[in-house]
Amino acid sequence: MTSADVVGPDRAPPLEEEQLATGLRGVWERLKLNVRTGNLGAVPLIVGEIAVVIAFGLTATNFFTSTNFVNLITQTAGTCMLAYGVVFVLLLGEIDLSIGYLAGIGALVVAELQLPGSKWQMNGLLAMLVAIAVCAAIGGVQGSIVAFVGVPSFVVTLAGFLIWQGVILNKLQQRGTIIIQDRWINYTDLYIFSPAAGWVIAAIFTALYPISVLYKKIVARGTQIAQQSWTSAIVKTIGIGIAAFGTVAVCNNGKIIETPLGLPLAGVLMVLFFVLLTFLAKWTTFGRHVYAVGGNAEAARRAGINVARIRVIVFALSGAMAAIGGIIFAAQVNSVALTFPPGNLLLNAIAAAVIGGVSLFGGRGEVRGALLGAILIGTLQNGLNTLSISNGWIYIVTGLVLLGAVMLDTVAVRLQARSGR
Amino acid sequence: MSDTPLLQLQRITKTFGSVQALDEVDFEVRAGEVMALVGDNGAGKSTLVKCVAGTHAADSGRILFEGQEVHIHGPKDAARLGIEVVYQDLALCDNLDVVQNMYLGREVSHAQILSEAPMEHHTSETLKSLAVTTIKSVRQTVATLSGGQRQSVAVARAVMWNSKLVILDEPTAALGVAQTEQVLELVRRLGHQGLGVMLISHNLHDVFETADRISVLRLGRNVGVFERRETTQQAVVEAITAGMPTKVSGIPSNAGAGAGE
Repeated sequence: MTSADVVGPDRAPPLEEEQLATGLRGVWERLKLNVRTGNLGAVPLIVGEIAVVIAFGLTATNFFTSTNFVNLITQTAGTCMLAYGVVFVLLLGEIDLSIGYLAGIGALVVAELQLPGSKWQMNGLLAMLVAIAVCAAIGGVQGSIVAFVGVPSFVVTLAGFLIWQGVILNKLQQRGTIIIQDRWINYTDLYIFSPAAGWVIAAIFTALYPISVLYKKIVARGTQIAQQSWTSAIVKTIGIGIAAFGTVAVCNNGKIIETPLGLPLAGVLMVLFFVLLTFLAKWTTFGRHVYAVGGNAEAARRAGINVARIRVIVFALSGAMAAIGGIIFAAQVNSVALTFPPGNLLLNAIAAAVIGGVSLFGGRGEVRGALLGAILIGTLQNGLNTLSISNGWIYIVTGLVLLGAVMLDTVAVRLQARSGR
Repeated sequence: MSDTPLLQLQRITKTFGSVQALDEVDFEVRAGEVMALVGDNGAGKSTLVKCVAGTHAADSGRILFEGQEVHIHGPKDAARLGIEVVYQDLALCDNLDVVQNMYLGREVSHAQILSEAPMEHHTSETLKSLAVTTIKSVRQTVATLSGGQRQSVAVARAVMWNSKLVILDEPTAALGVAQTEQVLELVRRLGHQGLGVMLISHNLHDVFETADRISVLRLGRNVGVFERRETTQQAVVEAITAGMPTKVSGIPSNAGAGAGE
């Protein structure tokens, strides 16, 4: 039996797209088909991001500088980490409102543990691991209350929101600001790779995409799993290469006073976690179960999936990602102060995931959505800042973008349903 | 037909508080036959299914599977014996595709990493062996399937795990005429493949289309077992609505026994 006839005697081409031409013409036809059927993927986000960059490039004088570009990366990384956690929570159809202040707890734990002269002073790397573990445990406890007691996650994490805010207030009102001197902790945001190292990293990340396409082609050989055509894989690899090498080129060009800049570690962490978490979501049993529980928890339970375990792990993951984000934010200012977490961290993180196409009702969305959403929000807020526009307007614009993205997504889902996807 | 029934329930009793849901109910399914279980609302059909599926524990009575007494404490015990239940509300995840649903909770993986190709091949073969041919691609999400196709996927999933007894709870309740026919055809085919099928239905037309024998429950008691070829819908309706409880030890295996005669 060949692999082509395993489906059944009347096997029709699975979807319309099988009849499309190959080559560049095929790419164009596929594009038209995708627009008609609402299968837009990441295209609106990327187009939106390019439009925003061009708009600010033309209007703001110091937006289009290498230094600001490095700033943009370091400002976005923290939000992005939280948004990654939000993706998994939303995939379950749950919400986690505690992550903003959990990020604060993560930063606070790290700051306390690295404090020179305190009796528990420890190495910065160890301190970060402890902080991440603490926040994962807190997330796990919140998740357990959701999973075992049956309290809605909105309420549990709203309580968490208040409790962890209270803990931070109590701690920092007496102490004031805690300065972070440990270089390992501060590196999470501001470690700058040498130009050569930057190029190597760009090459590695560019190579990851074709490797993942190849991996998928090998694993899914002879199956009907939707695959990249070679043309589209090559086009996308070139696009990713331009983005990666372009990023490094711009970063290497930056300077603060006379110190040359380069690719910041925070940017590398963003991409690294994107790769790891995408793998977790798409290629592991755990990821499959997360989608299943979000799609139909009762069906998942009847199929023998331990739904409570999945919920607890996802909330623990959300807590861990919040801690990582919090540490990056603390490293950015080398301290933890009462103003932590910065700005609308919680809402920005949720907005990033939702703008990235992750459904609030569970079961639909991808990790890359959080990355692209966080970059879009980060660019908007950075750009409006460089234009010296008031915070009020920044919130208004962010809100409008969120609304627009969700409206576009809703229409796309309706088109998909109509075309039978 | 083999002498030992595949599944034999003896004197199953179950009460919920003061409500007597099942009162010394006997029931059996042989391998290779479709045994229908009919009765009015509240007759105890669902409770009986739940006792077999392990969702409820019976208060008293014995369950024999392939002649051996078994104790079923949960869905996993039932699955281990080879008993699979297809529930009325299907229990499929709309956002996952056909393969992902077929392997839900039992994914093939190496070190937690999914192995898609074997799962897809086995899914395709199972659907083919059941002559489920209307599904265009096993990589379609279940949300895009029709009601009959969804039911077919749910049944195919139950069959795929080397199951011996498949319990179908109202499989055609939400389907149109053509799709109902498609599912009934599938049910008949399961019997022909040597599985025991327990078909719970309100719809006597469906029952007479597919079943070899028909057990009737009324108010939690046996009122009769009918050979489909030797009875009429009229007789079964009478048993459902006005049948007198039969007190028999074991199942009346002679044709047409019971109050319906």
